[in-house]
Amino acid sequence: MIKLDAKVPAGKLEEKWTNHKFNMKLVNPANKRKYDVIVVGTGLAGASAAASLGELGYNVKAFTFHDSARRAHSISAQGGINAAKNYQNDGDSVYRLFYDTIKGGDFRAREANVYRLAEVSNNIIDQCVAQGVPFAREYGGLLDNRSFGGALVSRTFYARGQTGQQLLLGAYTAMNRQVKTGKVKLYTRREMLDVVVVDGIAKGIVVRNLITGEIEKYSAHAVILATGGYMNAYFLSTNAMNCNTTAIWRAHKRGAALANPCYTQIHPTCLPVHGENQSKLTLMSESLRNDGRIWVSKLKNDMRKPNDIPEEERDYYLERKYPTYGNLSPRDISSRAAKEAFDDGRGAQGQEAVYLDFKDAINRLGQHVIEERYGNLFEIYETITGDNPYKSPMKIYPAPHYAMGGLWVDYNLQSTIPGLFVAGEANFSDHGANRLGASALMQGLADGYFVIPYTIGNYLAGDKPTLVKTDHPEFNKVQKEVEDMTTKLLSIKGKRTVDDIHKQLGRIMWNKVGMGRNEKGLKEAMVEIKALREEFWKDVNVVGNSKDVNQCLERGARVADYLELGELMALDALTRNESCGGHFREEYQTPEGEALRNDEDYTFVSAWEFKDVGKWELNKEPLEFTSVKLATRSYK
Amino acid sequence: MEHKKINLTLKIWRQHGPKTPGSFVEYKVAVSPDSSFLEMLDDINNDLEKKNLEPIAFESDCREGICGTCGLVINGQPHGPIPRIATCQLHMRNFKEGDTIYIEPFRAKAFPIIKDLMTDRSAMDRIMEAGGFISVNTGSVPDGNAIPIAKEIASEAMDAAACIGCGACVAACKNASAMLFVSAKVSQFALLPQGQPERYQRVEAMVKVMDEYGFGSCSNTYACEAECPKGISVKNIARMNREYFMAKIK
Repeated sequence: MIKLDAKVPAGKLEEKWTNHKFNMKLVNPANKRKYDVIVVGTGLAGASAAASLGELGYNVKAFTFHDSARRAHSISAQGGINAAKNYQNDGDSVYRLFYDTIKGGDFRAREANVYRLAEVSNNIIDQCVAQGVPFAREYGGLLDNRSFGGALVSRTFYARGQTGQQLLLGAYTAMNRQVKTGKVKLYTRREMLDVVVVDGIAKGIVVRNLITGEIEKYSAHAVILATGGYMNAYFLSTNAMNCNTTAIWRAHKRGAALANPCYTQIHPTCLPVHGENQSKLTLMSESLRNDGRIWVSKLKNDMRKPNDIPEEERDYYLERKYPTYGNLSPRDISSRAAKEAFDDGRGAQGQEAVYLDFKDAINRLGQHVIEERYGNLFEIYETITGDNPYKSPMKIYPAPHYAMGGLWVDYNLQSTIPGLFVAGEANFSDHGANRLGASALMQGLADGYFVIPYTIGNYLAGDKPTLVKTDHPEFNKVQKEVEDMTTKLLSIKGKRTVDDIHKQLGRIMWNKVGMGRNEKGLKEAMVEIKALREEFWKDVNVVGNSKDVNQCLERGARVADYLELGELMALDALTRNESCGGHFREEYQTPEGEALRNDEDYTFVSAWEFKDVGKWELNKEPLEFTSVKLATRSYK
Repeated sequence: MEHKKINLTLKIWRQHGPKTPGSFVEYKVAVSPDSSFLEMLDDINNDLEKKNLEPIAFESDCREGICGTCGLVINGQPHGPIPRIATCQLHMRNFKEGDTIYIEPFRAKAFPIIKDLMTDRSAMDRIMEAGGFISVNTGSVPDGNAIPIAKEIASEAMDAAACIGCGACVAACKNASAMLFVSAKVSQFALLPQGQPERYQRVEAMVKVMDEYGFGSCSNTYACEAECPKGISVKNIARMNREYFMAKIK
């Protein structure tokens, strides 16, 4: 049994981080160069951590499986980044951002972490501006804001529809500066395949060089995983093709508890599926909901073109059901409402889709304003679908998007393996059961720029970890295990392709561990996933050899991990007998169909400890709320 | 909605490694017009894997036209026939029944081929590491609104910053010049007040590394702008030339 100690500092909520920063141990500037830190992943969290640690003087080794650090999937985030600047004078504050995030997460996040996130949010904007991130401006030259779901204030900073790109390039350039000084050594085209734990402490990683196929070993005083989320378990998601769970899953199998894997976000505004060979789903930024109105026909099986459906026969269901938040209702609620409309036979022209309509906004503001705000998104839409959204409404539908669950971390972002830290989407810490829009960028950069640089120092100065050389028997053992798995994958030579099995897993996950879950479906999913996993290891065909560029092998190893993770996602969902945020159990809903939480029995984090493939032990971290009152989450 | 499939002949560049010679291999496919170009390649690979044959190595990641990972030369054009999109955004409805399509990797001295359609574009990162940044440490910065920036300037900087680093400009250029890529970063920072302190050493450092990696010179054909998936303007090249000149006379 793992002992979960969240290490939340004592004191008032508003003073915890300040006090903690003072109480943490510091590494003498002259000694920092004696410490090596490994950072895996170069997205917002990884690149910002690598840059900041390099600036402080640590020797950083940064790893990415991409050809360039700039390709990480953070680059695809469109809409914006939240901060509590209150530049709009509309009543925002650190406390309000904290409260909105806690409430948005359906009261399933750790209060102290979320408060800290809101607290450092303002520093992030300042940092990014100084790096030359071209945020949108008002005519007077000051920063512009817009609104996102789950908030009644305008606190989202943005750079057209490419905010993630610009923030990532900011972090990437900051890291490049450290690459130039030699403080960060960058290892591209390396996929982390295991973490090396010596006497219970993380000491390094084992990676596959994706060009030579070589299995390489790297050691350090501390390891940071910033490897993103696991939503490609659904096969079709908005994640990039190469996003995967392997780094955190292998760490999980070495002893890091995985928290709340069933908290998955299904994003309401994505492009609908076009056919069987679809490879991924494309997100349309939530910012579109600032001006777009979501509707379906009031009639069932209405096959008319949207522009032929008169106003009085349209159901603007979000505005009807949630008049206060309307089209800016949080993601989980908006997604479920879309599914309800489709299940009711009212999908757009019979498809799994609803309309997102800009007609009123164009009439009110003029097409040029809409073009200025969302031009690139409208172009993307037209490129993919062949339809012009200025002329007829977009068709959208929910799609798997973001993992709120991830490796369990304490207040210092350290996992249950000492010396192994986890940042960004890869950890579970800040979003509870549902993440609000424009908060992923905030969390990734908060962790990397403003949290990890402090807490790593505390670990290094306090625990005084030693460096283990890569010829240590444990490194060799892990290397051999990784090589054996590779050999095994390549030797099966069965009949089914990797993608074929991945797609089948995705269908199970989407149908039974997706937007609506129930006991029967989850139990079936667990049986089906286990059977599929067995079939994979008997009948998959991973083509090619290990000493070469082998993309089939890369995909194969990732799918092997999804086939284990998928079962845990279902188990976690089955164990949580309540509905909260992105986790909607059909048995637990109000008469109006809203999520029904069970605070009495489920106000805890589920931290799963790996025992064997298909076997886990549940550990619970109780969540205590001292500053906010648990309330039914209402957006009506 | 599934439309009627179209039949195509593909001639795809296959090359086992950097040192082995490559050649075009023919594949016949029937593909849905709603499918993307890369989904068509996924299908071919799935069929190859079923026959225990090595799939075609090609790179892609976000498939939303923003990460810059994908990049194929399609019938002689980087990212294919439709302007202002990356390869991953190209859809098969832009081709017609019976078409023959030639698919090649980006070709440039500075982008050696790794395998099939995969190239090594890391030279672009080396240029960025040379000076494509503003030297500020985490934490030591003023309030975001302490640096007002005119809307037009911010917007022009954003136009340049939209570059996705795919390298299509290099592949499009008969001289394999990286001027559009480099000038986009130089322009973004030259336009913004934050970029002023290092304005001149930045351009010199970046151009120096660009030359070292064997990228060619610009001879003003504007092929780069024509093929750029983000429509980065050649005005940036003019601006970079001016910056470089100013740096040299200072």
